[in-house]
Amino acid sequence: MHLNQGTVPEDYRAYLNRKVRWILLGLILAFVFFVLAISVGAVAIPPLDVVQSLLRLSSSDTWDRIVWNVRLPQAIAAVVAGTGLAIAGVAMQSILRNPIASPFTLGISSAGAFGAAVSVVVLGAGTMQSTVASPVAISNPYLTTAVAFIFCMIATGIILAISHIKGASPEVMVLTGVALSSLFSAGVMFLQYFSNDAQLAAVIFWTFGDVGRATWDMLPLMVIVVGAGTLYFIANRWNYNAIDAGDETARGLGVNVTRVRLAGMTVAAVISAVIVALLGVIGFVGLVCPHMMRRLVGDDQRYLIPGSAIAGAVLLLASDTVARIIVAPYILPVAVLTAFLGAPVFIYLLFRGYKR
Amino acid sequence: MTKMLTVNDLKFMYRNRDVLQQIGFSIEQGQVIAVLGPNGVGKTTLLKCLNRILKPREGTVMLDNENLLDLDTMDIARRVGYVPQRVETGRLTAFDAVLLGRRPHIGWDVVPRDLAIVDAVFRKLGMEALRLSYIDEMSGGELQKVAIARALVQEPRVLLLDEPTSNLDMKNQVDILTTIREVVRDHGIAAIMTMHDLNQALRFADTFIFIKNGRVHIHGSQDIVTPSVIEDVYGLPVMIGELGGVRCVIPGACKTT
Repeated sequence: MHLNQGTVPEDYRAYLNRKVRWILLGLILAFVFFVLAISVGAVAIPPLDVVQSLLRLSSSDTWDRIVWNVRLPQAIAAVVAGTGLAIAGVAMQSILRNPIASPFTLGISSAGAFGAAVSVVVLGAGTMQSTVASPVAISNPYLTTAVAFIFCMIATGIILAISHIKGASPEVMVLTGVALSSLFSAGVMFLQYFSNDAQLAAVIFWTFGDVGRATWDMLPLMVIVVGAGTLYFIANRWNYNAIDAGDETARGLGVNVTRVRLAGMTVAAVISAVIVALLGVIGFVGLVCPHMMRRLVGDDQRYLIPGSAIAGAVLLLASDTVARIIVAPYILPVAVLTAFLGAPVFIYLLFRGYKR
Repeated sequence: MTKMLTVNDLKFMYRNRDVLQQIGFSIEQGQVIAVLGPNGVGKTTLLKCLNRILKPREGTVMLDNENLLDLDTMDIARRVGYVPQRVETGRLTAFDAVLLGRRPHIGWDVVPRDLAIVDAVFRKLGMEALRLSYIDEMSGGELQKVAIARALVQEPRVLLLDEPTSNLDMKNQVDILTTIREVVRDHGIAAIMTMHDLNQALRFADTFIFIKNGRVHIHGSQDIVTPSVIEDVYGLPVMIGELGGVRCVIPGACKTT
């Protein structure tokens, strides 16, 4: 066909530039909240000093220690976990062709919670401590994390196996996820019924997702998994656009829909499993950040994936900051705040409709 | 005229049931071929076998001396455009929805040539005004044009269309079929479309294939479309007459007085 007489329309360029501006705005917001998240807490450090300390120009050793040892890993964990959950969510919504899909649709959070419960109740990793700051602690966090991760991957493996046999249809994946979710929740209840008070408290506290658990030694794993996952999803943005247009359209465009679905689901599951195992269950981010960005940049995955990643980072940073000041001196787990902050913003965006 | 696409002895089975067997036909450059037959006879299956969305058990689909069934799915998508019966909408502009058709040609990202081709197709189909409309706010006719435009930017040699006019009003049906007709002729490609409306088929197609029981019942030009063939295939007596120089098919037996 000879179709070379076309040009690139100006109005289309302008339309794309508007999307780019939303994403740049998100990046600026993310930076502001990043500094704010480090600045706010029991010891308030002015934002300017935070920046100085991050650049190793600060004159205060105390502030340096707070910034580098406590708050920076926590803020980085918020960015990485927010990004990971949001991109896993946006991919799952496309893969499962389901607007209420999230990283946890396939039962990964329940599986993680069950794994943690097994480690605490059966393997004895939980104890009660008598400090005010953290009344309940898990005495062997590595064991709990490992077992939680193993159960997340078992859930993923079961869904992958069933999807593989049944041809990777979104319905089969979603329904298997619902079944596994119920199964693992029942398992958690069963274990809780036979646990003592300390174990019960440890199990429940584990499920409250909290970026405060993050330490420097956890971060490399999270950064590598989420970073690689983000690159993978961005590389597949055209395939997800094609699947969004319908399976048959996608196949007609040469996309191996079954392979893209199974691979995407595996990547999303590994990202979610790592975050759940290390930080606990942080809901809402993966479900709602993609939808927030849909209202601003539309459904085009070229902009939706990076936009959602940034929205996830911003939401988790903001929630973590508020979690530290809302009932100071107590610090809430961030999972409590994500929905508190995110839901009103989301409802506002739903009311306002799409950005033109 | 040279044969462009030749289908030989195509066989498709679903589980252990024969759906299509011994399907053979060919199509020339610039031609539109109508695949006809009652519901459930395997017309859509046949289209999907041609670009290997479904894998035929046996047979070849030769396009310019290459067997499509031996090619990689991306290579097929660079040669064959497919417009399914149902397309999903989303919050996308028509321009982006059509740009998706460049998927088989895109490396890491779109290049200006991709955008220029999309622009050219919008002009070609007279859809410039729709460029930045959102497809989730479009009418059925507009959406169908977007789907056809998407298949055209694939720069295909052959266009497969699954009931391109189902769910459209009369005016849109004629618009869409006229567009397909023109594009096929102007660009020297070929189109294979499944259809239900025999009258539209008679007006817009050059060649006709009637499918019955998973086999080609008869294959040829206008002459083969006779009341007896139609009754054989659909099990319905019809009359064929001329109205203003156009052949028309009307259901019902001829009244003999």
